[in-house]
Amino acid sequence: MHIFKDTHFDFLRWRWHAIVLSWVIIIAGLVTVWTQGIPKGVEFAGGTVVIERFDGAVSVQQVREALDKNYPGGGQNTVVQAIGDPNAHMVMVRVPQVGSEVGTSLSAEAQKVEDALDKAGLGKRTREGAEIVGATVGQELTRKGILATVLSLVGILFYLAFRFQFSFGVGAVVATIHDLLITLAFLAFFRYDMSLNVIAAILTMTGFSTNDTIVIFDRIRENLRSMRRDSMHHVINESINQTLTRTVITSGTALLTALALFFFGGEVLHGFAFTMVVGIITGTYSSVFIAAAIVSLWRGTAPTRAAAHAPGTAGAAPAQQPQRKQKPQRKARAS
Amino acid sequence: MTNLRWKIVTVIAVFIIFFAVGPYPILAARYHLPAPAWLMDKQLKLGLDLKGGVHLVLRVQTEDALRLETDLESERLRDALRTANIPGNVVPVSSTQFRVDGVPPGQDAAFRQTANEVQTNFERSSGSNGSYTFTMRANVQVNLRAEAVVQARQTIERRVNELGVTEPSITQQGNDQIMVQLPGVTDVERAKQIMGSQGLLELKIVERVAGTKEELMTNGQAPEGMEILPGSGGSGDAGTMFYLVKRAAAVTGRDLRNARPSLDENNRPAVSFTLNTEGGRKFGKVSGENVGRQLAIILDGRVQSAPTLESRITTDGRISGSFTPDEVQNLSLILRSGALPATLTYLEERTIGPSLGADSIRSGVRASIAGLVLIVVFMLVYYKASGVNAVVALIFNLVILLGLMAYIGAVMTLPGIAGFVLTMGIGVDSSVLIFERIKEELEAQRGVRAAINFGFSRVFWTLMDTHVAALISCAFLFQFGTGPIRGFALTLVIGLASNLFTSIFVSKTIFEVELANRRQATTLSI
Repeated sequence: MHIFKDTHFDFLRWRWHAIVLSWVIIIAGLVTVWTQGIPKGVEFAGGTVVIERFDGAVSVQQVREALDKNYPGGGQNTVVQAIGDPNAHMVMVRVPQVGSEVGTSLSAEAQKVEDALDKAGLGKRTREGAEIVGATVGQELTRKGILATVLSLVGILFYLAFRFQFSFGVGAVVATIHDLLITLAFLAFFRYDMSLNVIAAILTMTGFSTNDTIVIFDRIRENLRSMRRDSMHHVINESINQTLTRTVITSGTALLTALALFFFGGEVLHGFAFTMVVGIITGTYSSVFIAAAIVSLWRGTAPTRAAAHAPGTAGAAPAQQPQRKQKPQRKARAS
Repeated sequence: MTNLRWKIVTVIAVFIIFFAVGPYPILAARYHLPAPAWLMDKQLKLGLDLKGGVHLVLRVQTEDALRLETDLESERLRDALRTANIPGNVVPVSSTQFRVDGVPPGQDAAFRQTANEVQTNFERSSGSNGSYTFTMRANVQVNLRAEAVVQARQTIERRVNELGVTEPSITQQGNDQIMVQLPGVTDVERAKQIMGSQGLLELKIVERVAGTKEELMTNGQAPEGMEILPGSGGSGDAGTMFYLVKRAAAVTGRDLRNARPSLDENNRPAVSFTLNTEGGRKFGKVSGENVGRQLAIILDGRVQSAPTLESRITTDGRISGSFTPDEVQNLSLILRSGALPATLTYLEERTIGPSLGADSIRSGVRASIAGLVLIVVFMLVYYKASGVNAVVALIFNLVILLGLMAYIGAVMTLPGIAGFVLTMGIGVDSSVLIFERIKEELEAQRGVRAAINFGFSRVFWTLMDTHVAALISCAFLFQFGTGPIRGFALTLVIGLASNLFTSIFVSKTIFEVELANRRQATTLSI
């Protein structure tokens, strides 16, 4: 069974369209972030904690549903936890701080939470306490997280420069940064709160995207050795086509899982699943249209006399695929 | 043949070992299967977001920070007055106030000038008979209180991390409270003790020692600039003695570089500490000038021991007393993480449910299982018999990952699960890469055996590159990231290792077994 057999799509022909499209999304995303800010979850922004004691048994799920329905902005990023002895029916609700009001709206926020609970008719309740809370994830943690991400990108750049060529390293890193920006743009468009769950999803999709890119690069490296007289443009196109089935299966199955999580994973995992869905799509797209396109732009359309050096694959025999020899080689289209 | 047999034995042994450590205790707990206690102890722990834990609310006694500042300030003024030869008696009034009595009228101007040079954080108001009251400025009070809470939070964070609690949640609450949530902590008392001990280490030269407090007092109180501290009350050296020492410490825990458990000359548990260069310089000067005198090693206002200085000491010292090995462990941990700027009191101590909510976890698990089933069905339909191979690799991956996580005592949280998901994704990708390559080789009219060998050897370097690149980024995430980012990186590292093993070794072995059973391999169900 085959999904794609012997395809010869000219992917690179669309690289400029793709680059323009990506820029449009990224700029729109940046504008959204600029004008409306990134909505921050309670872990990042701090907020209000309200502890309520119910007279009857009330499940965490019921409380969350009540907030989802009646709390302004929905329960998307409220944290609801059972607290204390289960027989005491106590629930702790954390809601993020809205805008820049700090410490002034304690009673107002607590009141909003209580109104939402009362509207849902969860029975009699008493307030055990309400407090303003600071961010769980402090400035230092955020700073360190960004530093860690930047350094890991530099690490990948050097590794790929060493194993492939410098242009490949640049392609992969730019593609990853592209994915990060696109994902952030979509998070901003759909107003998802920045929470630890979303961060976890961003890390995951970054890893996924890099993996995808390297698989295609690996094929390009292999083909560079067997197709020395072809233009880089052609080699890249052929490599993408040869790995197309694998790309579709891998991304497809991953996307399936992420979609399952998005539709059936419940309210709390929505942000996580949404980020994964966007990340997988953009990760796959960027491997083809950004990473490979950058390598092709970097190297131009000249014939590839100098094959990529690859210490690892030196033993593998090149040029064994007959279909490549039979096909008339297409000349690279000037773009 | 024997080669293949060994491979099979390895594969099965690995599976059994990891299954026993990873999934089995979880299943045993759920379905009440028999399992030895040591194995159940190793069971994979769930984080705050998945299982909940202990919820503590502490209040930072910010009053302490104010008092400390007032003490320091009055101390400085007293020194300055002495140097300027102005008589005056400095008396503490409250945590934010002190008074200077008995300044002679003639030296009024000189006093004002000296006071202006020294104090900046206090407001001065003059009373009758050459008496002046110094009150801490309101904005300074606010700042000091806020700073104390931030510092306390950071110190608690360091201590909880040192305690080995993975991914705690530490939040400032209200003006002076800190909310701490610890996942899977069983020894709440130890956690409380470690978080709450102030951990202030001071080294001071002993002026006098006596059996009672009164013997050391002059006119019913400690001499100016001195304080009387009790011994730790333990057996031996510190006894129930009282020590007269200077208020200002020669060296404090701030100059500490490291502290670790050790033994003293009598082979009793003790804590060895190393001072940093600055601390070493100060300590060297003080100890050099005071050879033959006693040095009080003071912890949280109690003299732990007071050895006689036999020579000049610079950076290394030891706190001995009557400690148990556990106390020594805790004490070194507390000293390493620095002193709290103020004492803490506990306001609340409760258990807390998972922050994701049991309901979301259930639906999350259900959705993940649905996703996995979809993948399995797809692999079996698309790759036919070889799909079984991919599914086995997937299961292997899962088992090894769970086993290793449990073995190293990692705590499973949502970011960890994200790492898990990525591992599964890369695992499926590895299988797909290999199978697609084998297919390509088969189409190139290779024999089945050659196609399989070629597929694996070609994909090997692809897998190496993707995995090594991911490992590099994990190393950075683990080194520089914190909390959830580290959890993600750790799971992914384990996942990548297990994935390389399953996709290269296990998967290949399964193919080989399949081929070994057939004389002439001409077709492959793929």
